[in-house]
Amino acid sequence: MSATGRLIWHDDAVLFNTSTIDLDSFAAATGWEIKPEGACKGDVCVPLGSNRDALAIAERLGMAVVTDDATGQVAIGPASLSGHALDSAEAPDVVLHDLDGNEVALSQFRGEKVVIVSWAPY
Amino acid sequence: MTIITVAIETDGAEAVREYIDAAEPEHPSLIDTEHVLERAFGVVNIPNVVWIDEAGMIVRPAEPGWAGPAEYPDWLANLMAERERRAAEQGPEALAALRAGQDRTSYADAIRDWATHGAASRFALTPDDVVAASRPRDRARSEAAARFALGTDAWRRGDRKSAFAHWRDTHRLDPDNWTYKRQAWSLVGNEAAGGGELGRLMQFGVDDSWPFEGDFNRDTAATPPGTYYPKTIDI
Repeated sequence: MSATGRLIWHDDAVLFNTSTIDLDSFAAATGWEIKPEGACKGDVCVPLGSNRDALAIAERLGMAVVTDDATGQVAIGPASLSGHALDSAEAPDVVLHDLDGNEVALSQFRGEKVVIVSWAPY
Repeated sequence: MTIITVAIETDGAEAVREYIDAAEPEHPSLIDTEHVLERAFGVVNIPNVVWIDEAGMIVRPAEPGWAGPAEYPDWLANLMAERERRAAEQGPEALAALRAGQDRTSYADAIRDWATHGAASRFALTPDDVVAASRPRDRARSEAAARFALGTDAWRRGDRKSAFAHWRDTHRLDPDNWTYKRQAWSLVGNEAAGGGELGRLMQFGVDDSWPFEGDFNRDTAATPPGTYYPKTIDI
């Protein structure tokens, strides 16, 4: 786990099969790390008090928690606490894959200017 | 400076390989099968661009942008030329409406300015301005992301009924999120068309089986001028 949390989203990271979610999985899925001072992402920390249950933390951060009634799967939405998509200007360390399945992390490019350009075949 | 292209596509490598192979990119060319860029940066349409400086700080949040002069396949170029011609016939107001929104031809000049001048570029924003300029997100939009993920999982398991229900909720909760809409329309349209060169562009129903309230033609027609690619930068 890097200092800013690693956002590696794939099926078993963003969806959970139980409503009891461990805090490492929560951090991998949301980018928010749970530290003694609270839930932290980049230079932002939100105090949590004593309740360290993942779903209670999600609630505190304005994350929607949706359960699929048929499968029992739980999906957690991104934080809405700041009212914006970004909580901080510090770039989250998104990890994605290339065509050959190689893992590439944004943090590998620290020290260079980076321009992310999104596209799609639709 | 490093350009990183990211294909936002649920179907992953199989759906994007031919485009990436044809482009022979010398930069990192990545695939975002779970629409992570929405959660991480607020990317809700393509193409969208994010600028990050040497220290890992975002200096421009997700916005419509083009890394160079836009090039289109002939059929699309012809369609756009036809729209321009018709708008020009209707008068200056119609033409201005058609051209409203982010400027496609000059955007790359802003990137070049930042590449040269760094933090001194007038296009580089302060951290507070970056957060403030990033896409507003409320709990409904958070729920849209959660439901999009559940819908995607249902789609991959072959449970079409559940996928459509989650995606309809996604579109209702976040109607301005074009990637959530176009991805779902594209998956359904492509399957109905049996794939093919234009399958993923079939983002509308051809019969009663279309499971969504909206489609690409209807939703873009109902979108006010300049809001599909909103103007966020004066170059």
